[in-house]
Amino acid sequence: MTWVTKTLNSTLGRKLIMALTGLFLILFLTGHVSGNMLLFKGDGGQAFNIYAKFMTTNPAVKLLSYLTYISVLGHIIYSIALSQHNKSARPVPYSTSKGSSNSAWSSRNMGVLGTIILIFLVVHLQGFWAQMHWGEVPMITYEGEEYKNLFLIVSEAFKQEWLVALYVLSMIFLGFHLSHGFASAFQTLGLNHKKYSPAIKLVGMLYCILVPALFASMPLYIHFSSY
Amino acid sequence: MKLTLKIWRQKNTSDKGGFVTYVADHVSKDMSFLEMLDVLNDQLTERGEDPVHFDHDCREGICGMCSLYINGKPHGPLQTTTCQLHMRSFSDGETITIEPWRAKAFPVLKDLVVNRSAFDRIIQAGGYVSINTGGVPDANEIPISKTIADLAMDAAQCIGCGACVAACKNASAMLFTSAKISQLALLPQGQVERKSRAENMVAQMDEEGFGACTNTGACEAECPKGISITNIARMNREYFSAVVSSDNM
Ligand code: HEM
Ligand code: FES
Repeated sequence: MTWVTKTLNSTLGRKLIMALTGLFLILFLTGHVSGNMLLFKGDGGQAFNIYAKFMTTNPAVKLLSYLTYISVLGHIIYSIALSQHNKSARPVPYSTSKGSSNSAWSSRNMGVLGTIILIFLVVHLQGFWAQMHWGEVPMITYEGEEYKNLFLIVSEAFKQEWLVALYVLSMIFLGFHLSHGFASAFQTLGLNHKKYSPAIKLVGMLYCILVPALFASMPLYIHFSSY
Repeated sequence: MKLTLKIWRQKNTSDKGGFVTYVADHVSKDMSFLEMLDVLNDQLTERGEDPVHFDHDCREGICGMCSLYINGKPHGPLQTTTCQLHMRSFSDGETITIEPWRAKAFPVLKDLVVNRSAFDRIIQAGGYVSINTGGVPDANEIPISKTIADLAMDAAQCIGCGACVAACKNASAMLFTSAKISQLALLPQGQVERKSRAENMVAQMDEEGFGACTNTGACEAECPKGISITNIARMNREYFSAVVSSDNM
């Protein structure tokens, strides 16, 4: 074993990967939510469709998207490895344990929350991302240029109540995952200091409420507006 | 006070073990938790039964020998050691569940006694300074700022009781290991072995089969000595900077 594999196999190394991939996914979510705000423009989806084309064709964005795929996979694989290792560290459980008296619920249930997010991800990617890449998307022309009308797919999909409900619920779970995950990632990286840790915690709390809320408002807006 | 005690009994490491219920009558509010168990054990001995085995030594909250997972919390309801816990923290008629620390790395030896020598091996892997200290040096010969000295002393408060492992949902020993790494990393005497210490102690901690850290903070909340998880952040820094810069391949 070289020092690199040895480090990445250690408990600290595995956690480092969780933190780095988690933080990259947070960056991704920031970009994703900002772009998707174009859905609120009320222009029949023109700005959103132009943006969607840019996102699937621009080479720099392509590179970022590959990093995102790697991060999602790495985060999931290492979360399984860590969860199993952590479970095996206590083969005989306690008969009574008052976890709630010393730690936050979300911090003790990151695996459960992550699994729910994963189920959501499968539904979400299958519905929109796979459609955009390989599906039959009707075309629309703006100023002589052809675009895939992803907006039509999105607005049709969100006519279904169950899908809107699934999106809103999933975003609540994402919020809980991030309510612990955001600040936790900095602690894992060794960044804990009285000068800036309170700020990290504050930004984390704002982030885990604001970003999921914005995401959740998109299906709600489309469902209840006239599209 | 009259109490019902649900105590974990286990003959040896390979025995499956299970709870046995005892009734403790005439318990005084001023007894310490261990005294309450002493009284129970006297009664058991008089009845010709095997007394309940539990660890203890100083009974002053300084040695780290006592343990016990009491009503779902290490060292019971207060943030203190079990020897410093008194029966006034419980109410008359209460049922108290007493279990040993639960961790793969802390096998049960008998009843409530667990083998914590995994901690000793982590210390042996690097929790020392091997330079010759010579005779007693003059005070203030080695300049250390008050802030740093305080931080090192805070970390050095760890008595190695293992409540952090017991409290952690992952049975992780990061708070213990990080306190020991921090204490020496902060002081000038610890600099020579600083990198190999971080690498070796973390490797030993993993080798023992402790879990990883999820940063829940349960260890810090339960630690009778108030060791902070800022030490875990420091250990992460020490470890990652050591692996990228040390000569150990
Ligand atoms: C966009 C989606 C996601 C984001 C932004 C995200 C972000 C994060 C962050 C920042 C952390 C903290 C890392 C640390 O403590 O150092 C974390 C931890 C964790 N994540 Fe995620 N995550 C996402 C999806 C998932 C998924 C899909 C899973 C599982 C299938 C998952 C499972 C976990 C687990 C188990 C932990 C805790 C690991 C531990 O410390 O024991 N996450 N996540
Ligand atoms: S017996 Fe020494 S700390 Fe409790």
